[in-house]
Amino acid sequence: MTTMTSSAAPAGNLSVRVQKRFATRGAAGFSLAADFEAPPGITILFGPSGAGKTTLLECIAGLLRPDAGRITAGERPLFDAKQKIDVPVPRRRVGYVFQTLALFPHLSVAQNVTYGLSRLDAGPRRERVGAILESFHIAHLAGRKPEEISGGERQRVALARALVTDPCVLLLDEPLAALDPLTKSRLIGDLRVWNLAHGIPVLYVTHSREEVFALGERVIALEQGKILAQGTPRQVLQAPRQELLAQLAGFENILDAVVTAAHEDSGTMTCRLAGSAVDLEVPLSSVASGSPVRMAVRAGDILLATEPPRALSARNILPGTLLSLAQKDFAVIASVDCGVRLEAQLTPGALRQLGLHVGQPVWLIVKTYSCHLLEPSTD
Amino acid sequence: MNWQAIALSARLALLVCALLLVLAMPIAYWIARSPWRWKFLVESVVALPLVLPPTVLGFYVLVALGLRSPLGRLYQSWSGHGLAFTFEGLVVASVLYSLPFAVQPMAAGFGQVDPRLLDASSILGASRLRTFFRVILPLSLPGVITAAVLSFAHTLGEFGVVLMVGGNIPGVTRTISIAIYDDVQAFSYASANRTALALLLFSFLVL
Repeated sequence: MTTMTSSAAPAGNLSVRVQKRFATRGAAGFSLAADFEAPPGITILFGPSGAGKTTLLECIAGLLRPDAGRITAGERPLFDAKQKIDVPVPRRRVGYVFQTLALFPHLSVAQNVTYGLSRLDAGPRRERVGAILESFHIAHLAGRKPEEISGGERQRVALARALVTDPCVLLLDEPLAALDPLTKSRLIGDLRVWNLAHGIPVLYVTHSREEVFALGERVIALEQGKILAQGTPRQVLQAPRQELLAQLAGFENILDAVVTAAHEDSGTMTCRLAGSAVDLEVPLSSVASGSPVRMAVRAGDILLATEPPRALSARNILPGTLLSLAQKDFAVIASVDCGVRLEAQLTPGALRQLGLHVGQPVWLIVKTYSCHLLEPSTD
Repeated sequence: MNWQAIALSARLALLVCALLLVLAMPIAYWIARSPWRWKFLVESVVALPLVLPPTVLGFYVLVALGLRSPLGRLYQSWSGHGLAFTFEGLVVASVLYSLPFAVQPMAAGFGQVDPRLLDASSILGASRLRTFFRVILPLSLPGVITAAVLSFAHTLGEFGVVLMVGGNIPGVTRTISIAIYDDVQAFSYASANRTALALLLFSFLVL
């Protein structure tokens, strides 16, 4: 079978334009409408559960049939509603690692990996399976059953099983969700190495912000079946312009305010936080004076001082009272009442050194460019 | 011991069991996988022999196989003799009667296979047939074995349908359970006891 062995053929972009509506009794139902281009390399599909990420992957793999649209891998059309093209699943040459991995429980690791190579002669088949087991560091597990190996090892087997068939597109549905950080980063490394050599579009579904930053060259943010934003992780998550994204991306402080003055000379504007007498200086935007805005500030971007700070470049210094301290993972979240309630993040060391106690006066320092203005999510 | 009847019963049960595995497998697969709304109708028809009195089933089969029915005439023109009161007729009736015992365990087994495994197989390039033999069948082997054992044992022991369709012709349609019935009718309890004990032992072994 020549198509299986010619691995060097450049894969080209994965181009997806699909619409799919799910009729549910009573309610309006869920509808997916996505239009994007994924070049070779890792593209992350990011969004909360129920956003339609898996549905999108299933459409690309052919497990679900879109109502309309077109899907092409390089020059090869996989689906085209207008031209009535719908390549059957076994002939799409798509690699897919399911969230549940779906390893065949009755087959050994080697048999699982060999499964997609039935059209190959025994010689080259054994060679290829051997090579991929080696490169994913699972050669020593070849004879074991999936239930006899660890979660991280199973993940590797699932990846190897998908990649050994030389797919033109790789779809990964939260493949690392259940792994510890170390195993995760090693696997990501192996995947990167493999993809440097093969260069196919990889769609990687996740709802973890850490994975977005660790992996992605490109991010597509999905919410309720629609694409909210796409670009580099920095563009999409660092300065989220939409409220839903801000919540997704872990902005602890989301504040309502009214624009009171625009300073075009300094590139900033002043906003009065709703229900308070607190003014914040934020980056200038095209919002008119007097109109309501919503902004997002990460707790990690707010500094906390126990004395009134002087001679600082930060424009926003807000006096307040410390309401509570809470441990969150390795950080401490300080909740402060400055007229509005704000959260600032500290290290445990800083907490000890400052000798903070609830009820004491504190000052919060917020840089202008740490205030991200949000667009109301359009619905 | 009535060896002729035992041999006949064993031959019948083996044949029916083999035929049922082939016949019931696609039906069970369809029942387990089809998304069709009215599927339960087919399931009911398949399950009918479970609740139908054997004589009623036997009566209809007899009518269907008789020379007045199209099926009976077709078989007559093909083989030169009718189906009723023949070994072949007995096979047809037994297949129908034991169908649910083969279909239901298999359908349950097939239905328990994680659909994601079937997706994975398909994505890895396997046809439906290959998916069936490489994934579904090995993973539902206990169901298939149960189906084989149940249909074999059930065919071995049936009485009403056999009597209706096959009659009681030694070496042709006199099965082991009919032989026991005959023995009892003739007051030869010792003979009936030996045969019955053999059946009891066999059933116990099956379980």
